[in-house]
Amino acid sequence: MLYFLLRRLLWMIPSFFAVSVVAFTIIQLPPGDFVTSYAADLATSGSPASAQSLQALRVRYGLDQPYPIQYLRWVGNALQGDLGVSFEYRAPVADLIWNRLGMTALVAFCTLMFVWIIAFPVGVYSALRQYSIGDYVITFLSFLGMATPNFLLALFVMYLSVVFLGYSVGGLFSPEFVHAAWSMDRLLDFLKHLWLPMVVLGVAGIAALVRIMRANLLDELGKPYVETGRAKGLPELTLTLRYPTRVALNPFVSTVGWVLPVLVSGEVIVSSVMSLPTAGPILIQALKTQDMYLGGALIMFQCILVLIGTLLSDILLVWLDPRIRYDS
Amino acid sequence: MMTESDKDIVLEVKGLSTWFETRHEVIKAVDDVSLTLRHGKTLCVVGESGSGKSVTARSILNMIPKPGRIVGGHIILHNSSLGWSKGGPVDLARLDPKGRQIRGVRGREIAMIFQEPMSSLSPVHTIGQQIIEAIRLHRRVSHAEARAHAIAMLAQVKIPRPEQSIDSYPFEFSGGMRQRAMTAMALVCEPKLLIADEPTTALDVTTQAEILDLMKNLQSLYGMALMFITHDMGVVAEIADDVAVMHQGRVVEQGPVDQIFFAPRHPYTQKLLGSVLALEKRSRRALKAPRQEGGEIILEVENLGMRFAGRKRLFGGATGQEVQALDAVRFSLRRGEALGIVGESGSGKTTLGRCILRILEPTSGRILFKSRTKDAVDLAALPMPAVKPFWQEMRMIFQDPFSSLNPRMTVLQIIGEPLRNYGVASGAEIEDRVARLMQRVGLPPEMMRRYPHAFSGGQRQRIGIARAIALRPQLIVADEATSALDVSLRAQVLDLLLDIGHELDLSYIFISHDISVIRYMCDRVAVMHRGRIVEIGETEEVCENPQHPYTRSLISAIPKPDPRQRGRAGRIRYEPEGAAGS
Amino acid sequence: MTASLPAGADSPLPPDVVVALRVGSASQWRLMWWQFTRHRLAMASAVVLVLIYLLAAFCEFIAPFSPTAFNPRYTYAPPQRMHLFDRDAAGDLVWRPHVNGFKVTIDPTALRRTFVIDDTVKYPIGLFVPSEPYDMWGLFTLRTKLFGPLNKGDPMYLLGADRLGRDMLSRILYGTRISMTIGLIGVTLSLLLGIVLGGISGYYGGWIDHIIQRAIEFVLSLPTTPLWLGLAAAMPTTWPPLWIYFFITIILSLIGWTSLARVVRGRFLSLRTDDFVTAARLDGAPESRVIFRHMAPSFVSHIIAEVSLAIPGMILAETALSFLGLGLQPPMVSWGVLLQEAQNIRSIATAPWLFAPGVAVVIAVLALNFVGDGLRDAADPYHQ
Repeated sequence: MLYFLLRRLLWMIPSFFAVSVVAFTIIQLPPGDFVTSYAADLATSGSPASAQSLQALRVRYGLDQPYPIQYLRWVGNALQGDLGVSFEYRAPVADLIWNRLGMTALVAFCTLMFVWIIAFPVGVYSALRQYSIGDYVITFLSFLGMATPNFLLALFVMYLSVVFLGYSVGGLFSPEFVHAAWSMDRLLDFLKHLWLPMVVLGVAGIAALVRIMRANLLDELGKPYVETGRAKGLPELTLTLRYPTRVALNPFVSTVGWVLPVLVSGEVIVSSVMSLPTAGPILIQALKTQDMYLGGALIMFQCILVLIGTLLSDILLVWLDPRIRYDS
Repeated sequence: MMTESDKDIVLEVKGLSTWFETRHEVIKAVDDVSLTLRHGKTLCVVGESGSGKSVTARSILNMIPKPGRIVGGHIILHNSSLGWSKGGPVDLARLDPKGRQIRGVRGREIAMIFQEPMSSLSPVHTIGQQIIEAIRLHRRVSHAEARAHAIAMLAQVKIPRPEQSIDSYPFEFSGGMRQRAMTAMALVCEPKLLIADEPTTALDVTTQAEILDLMKNLQSLYGMALMFITHDMGVVAEIADDVAVMHQGRVVEQGPVDQIFFAPRHPYTQKLLGSVLALEKRSRRALKAPRQEGGEIILEVENLGMRFAGRKRLFGGATGQEVQALDAVRFSLRRGEALGIVGESGSGKTTLGRCILRILEPTSGRILFKSRTKDAVDLAALPMPAVKPFWQEMRMIFQDPFSSLNPRMTVLQIIGEPLRNYGVASGAEIEDRVARLMQRVGLPPEMMRRYPHAFSGGQRQRIGIARAIALRPQLIVADEATSALDVSLRAQVLDLLLDIGHELDLSYIFISHDISVIRYMCDRVAVMHRGRIVEIGETEEVCENPQHPYTRSLISAIPKPDPRQRGRAGRIRYEPEGAAGS
Repeated sequence: MTASLPAGADSPLPPDVVVALRVGSASQWRLMWWQFTRHRLAMASAVVLVLIYLLAAFCEFIAPFSPTAFNPRYTYAPPQRMHLFDRDAAGDLVWRPHVNGFKVTIDPTALRRTFVIDDTVKYPIGLFVPSEPYDMWGLFTLRTKLFGPLNKGDPMYLLGADRLGRDMLSRILYGTRISMTIGLIGVTLSLLLGIVLGGISGYYGGWIDHIIQRAIEFVLSLPTTPLWLGLAAAMPTTWPPLWIYFFITIILSLIGWTSLARVVRGRFLSLRTDDFVTAARLDGAPESRVIFRHMAPSFVSHIIAEVSLAIPGMILAETALSFLGLGLQPPMVSWGVLLQEAQNIRSIATAPWLFAPGVAVVIAVLALNFVGDGLRDAADPYHQ
């Protein structure tokens, strides 16, 4: 088992590497570079710089080097904590993103727990009561949930809140708690605000996982070991929960490999609609203004967040499924 | 008035009917079946697939899969120790399938073991957890006591090192060991009746013999009644006291084992016994047309070896899990001869068949093939494109009649494929040839435009045979060609192969795990064990007078369909160095 | 020989189909069709899909107005209900399709118009009305619309008007064309990528398979939206709309290929061990024939199912991108572009009909999902 974990950890290294390459490519994609934007900005503010000073700037920032060298420089700096400078905010990227990324991680994690806690029993119920009214309702709602774009749901929810409550629900904190230190009160305030984005983000994930759990459990229910359990004299419900559900739990847990990216991905748009203090809003802003260092760093760290999440889920899966442990 | 034998009755099934009702039809899976099970005695319920024997077993414990249900009859359990029945008889058919009462019967009064030990045990729970659960369902004992009891039971079923095995998972065991564990789990509450639904069908012959021995011992120890379901008449002869023959949901004949074997009354029983006994000796057709001695050698295999590389680990280098599938295999085959290759799972017989045709790549050795017109060629040394033309002369018949025919092609297209690809015929001529081939194998040519799912298993196998002989080959490798067929069909297909063989002057390499089939069909036989041929010779000679210890243990393990031979020949065990328990 | 049900016990197939199956004269496509038609929801959704694509194909003719036609007098006008009957002077019901007009009040302080439906004002509407000349498919000019106001210049806002007084219904219909086709093109590209990579992976196995599998896992594990946004942001803002359209489809196709590749690979892997493939080789079929004639038909149906399940993902992705302003740009009209108008909470609060394009998205995606589900169930008619 240890060997499996070691191998898994080592796979992370090339993954991180690949993610950084992708992020760097995205940073470099728009025509022109940092200095071009700077020059354009200077020109519009009325004090254009000379061609030599621009060139000197290029050399200073190493922007005249070929791409691979620039990449190595960027990675080298990144490993030391310097992620470049945001053109929009005129501040180092590193300062701008940590809080936001932390919030993204927190929201994503809470939503993941929420999705699992709801999807698991609903999926089990749906499989056990196949073709019942409850099953049809759940199936229909699942399809509906998967068909609705999450930002649309967010908009709709906010519309309802304006119409029925008179104000728009947004943000993760009430004004007095936004910059306060963490305390019990702040936590409660946070939870009060969190449930709505969690529901909006989680709906599609819940819908998909309910269907997956239902399909897997239905598969397992037909297997011979269920008959063996029945022949021992186990009551039906105990039998179902202890055996096929337990076996169907494994593929369920392994779905985190794609649920987490979907959550982080969906969070980008939803958070910009609902004004959450996560990475989403500033990412969109950064990309619109082609503030590439900021945008690229955010993209890279979101990907890394997801990779770490999948690693944790793999560890969980190994713990749950003895077959994987002994397979090597 | 209770007679002596009545006091022994554990379970009486009277007029049981179990139907499956769907929107369009009613399937009478079990139709008015009556059986009696006695203390300390074994009843074998025998029948072919679809006879209703498994549904009967499940009806007893009221565990029938939807949409089936019991529609009539009684299942009377006598002398039960259930608290609420006060020792009187209980009609199990009247109990609620989901209720407490039937659950009190399951596992405690009546236990059941199933066919596939791998999928019949939960893959994510240890053996110990599953056995302890069985104990604590019916007895008020502490966890520690239950565990001690479970370990004792594992020792009873002869699982080595029970204190460690109890914490192992099912996938760590071999098939035979899993079956022992399942037996332990079933007997742990000392039930009065054990129902075994084909428990040895998925096991090797030697493992099967061990499990049968085990069951007989346990029966004499615990005195329970045993209801043993099987399709193998040899097993019936080995262990049965009474036999019930089922066909299409009904019990067509029932009685003591001697009577069934030597004085069968019902035509179906006679037919069944006839097919089984026919395979006990050499085919009459083969005897009628003995091959000439000293025919030309068409295939010579020298020192053939094949190694499966182990899984590569991430950091390079193969693991120590290399398998030597074939080890210095050597034999020769003459024109018109049928050579049988017999062995258990893992013996390498299938690998051998595929290596000869170069479907798998041998790692060493020579395969000298002499076609009619040319000199002998070493197939192992040829590059792949040069091997392909030889596939006109060396053909294969596969085991599974379902996966060996493309479900999306018509029979005409399937049989016509080799004719098309080798440019032997085209257009309308293909139809003519296919029609003739179909007639030759006993299929109506009008059905050539149908798809394989229109045909039964036996008919599909005939399609496969027609495909194999379409190019008038010299050699046919038949890889377990009859293993997936019911017993009554086997002899017919084998006779067909023999006929065709004589007509086309064909040689066969006939691979099987079932020595009776080989004895019926083949002139010579090679016995394989762990990649080596341990013995080779004339079929009669090898079967009557085996020389190698492994062959001896194999022959002695085969259950003979003759109850009077029971226990006469002691079973020989073969223990090569480093053998794992079975 | 486990205790399987007697064959046919749980098949709710109608008797004539059962007979046809036993007789074995049905090809795989016929069997798939029968299986598909049993799935009633999928059948209904298939009808809906056909309707949607017809609307998309003929949107110029069906939409009562041009998507760019605006009218500052009717900004944020509410939807007008269509009445089919009217009472004439004698009080009898008479066939006279019409919509009602508005009473407009302007709030001087907020400078906002408020509309109230006024049933005394009636604008007649009809079928095949004359209209401004317009291009049909860019090929020829027509002057008739399927339906619209009989008097040119009358307002007819069946789904309300947006901030410039443009007809939502017409815009949604035009948007149907873009949103539904961008999904198709994107999925075709994904299909090519997926079949090639999945096929190589499954057919050869070994280390090629290993590498491609790791690559697929890696791609799947990345959050898609940030990456699309990154790619979309890299697009020069000066490109003409058509180039943008194609660039977006390329971005979309880069995500969908993974699920297709997996399906293709899975089928190849399971087929490799099927005896009939070995038999085909022994029958002398060259490798290309083995792949295309023997193996391919057995996964064509799976691919069709996966494709129809991949299209909704593309539609949702394009909608999201355009909604954020990073995808298609006005004057190109897609559902996502239309939903940009709904970004402002205050405007939705007063004009909830701005959600209508979202409803169109949900309906289209639902229909595609149901059809895909039905196809997936029907994909392997031999598994029983």
